[in-house]
Amino acid sequence: MKQPFEKAIDAHGPTVLRVCRAVLGLTADADDAWSETFVAALRAWPDLPDDTNVEAWLVRVAHRKAIDVIRANSRRPVPVDVLPATTPSTDGVPHEGDPDLWSAVAALPERQRLAVAYHYVGGLSHVETAALIGGSADAVRRAAADGLKALRRAYAPPATEEGTR
Amino acid sequence: MTSNQIPAFDLTGALPVHATEIDSLHRRLADRADHDELLDVTYRTLDTPLGTLLLAATERGLVRVAYEREEFEQVLATIAQRVSPRILRTPTRLDDAVRELDEYFAGRRRGFDLRLDHSLSGGFRAEVQRSLPTIGYGHTASYGEVAALVGRPRAVRAVGTACATNPLPIVIPCHRVVRSDGSLGGYVGGADAKTTLLAMEGAA
Repeated sequence: MKQPFEKAIDAHGPTVLRVCRAVLGLTADADDAWSETFVAALRAWPDLPDDTNVEAWLVRVAHRKAIDVIRANSRRPVPVDVLPATTPSTDGVPHEGDPDLWSAVAALPERQRLAVAYHYVGGLSHVETAALIGGSADAVRRAAADGLKALRRAYAPPATEEGTR
Repeated sequence: MTSNQIPAFDLTGALPVHATEIDSLHRRLADRADHDELLDVTYRTLDTPLGTLLLAATERGLVRVAYEREEFEQVLATIAQRVSPRILRTPTRLDDAVRELDEYFAGRRRGFDLRLDHSLSGGFRAEVQRSLPTIGYGHTASYGEVAALVGRPRAVRAVGTACATNPLPIVIPCHRVVRSDGSLGGYVGGADAKTTLLAMEGAA
């Protein structure tokens, strides 16, 4: 890759952090996975082919680093020391007026959570996501759709939710 | 298609990531990259009386000073091609350059004492550029005089090219090279910047 690495951080840093947090929760582990992902990416950067889909590549690296972090820390994720002012509820149930959906993502069943993380947040196809988390592309498609539906229910205030499916 | 089954929903907006969080992760990454010797090029910007400058350094030293009119994105793309694409925005290695440039613009410094990396220029151009610090603060030399200085008295045009392509303007004082008729000649930072620098040094 002949582009300055800084451009990749600019363009994809937030997406990769969302993926890490969707997989590992709003935890220090997610921050560690983000760091490990970009250190590995920086190491590989000069040898990466120019036509690489950088975001998809980073998301796959993030998947491997998330697994490494879980293995290395094999302990319950602990919250990071300093969370933004909009710290979501941590009991897995979005509070009324929750400014964001992180707790609802954390509350999803694991397959749905991973399918949402890699497909809807990370932008991988169902086939690519299935290659990472196992199962068929169809199963991943269903898990991602079910997960997204649950998130929409958590996000939209009941009064304005248009028709249920 | 899933887009028909699942109505549009701004998942990204509903899962906010704060700029301060990315900034702090970025600082951690820069420290880690430095420790792992992956930090080939660092850069930052500096506000000066001549506008915002971009400063870039390798482990060997300051490798580039660029004016805004050169377009920083283009400048970084060139560094990526010719030096290394392992480029991070971080002040690492640039503290001395910032301090000396601040002192220079405040009128408290007449020469630079910085390690320089000349990898963005080669051959005769590099030879010319390395000779330029011999033109002292507040003085000027003509393109012809510089050509004579490097032992190629007829290479006046090539000296002009070497000045125009100086990767380290201000620090390597190509602004002190003017035409033999006394007019300023061109400058990578623009004619106004050249006038300002020479006036500031008391050479105008």
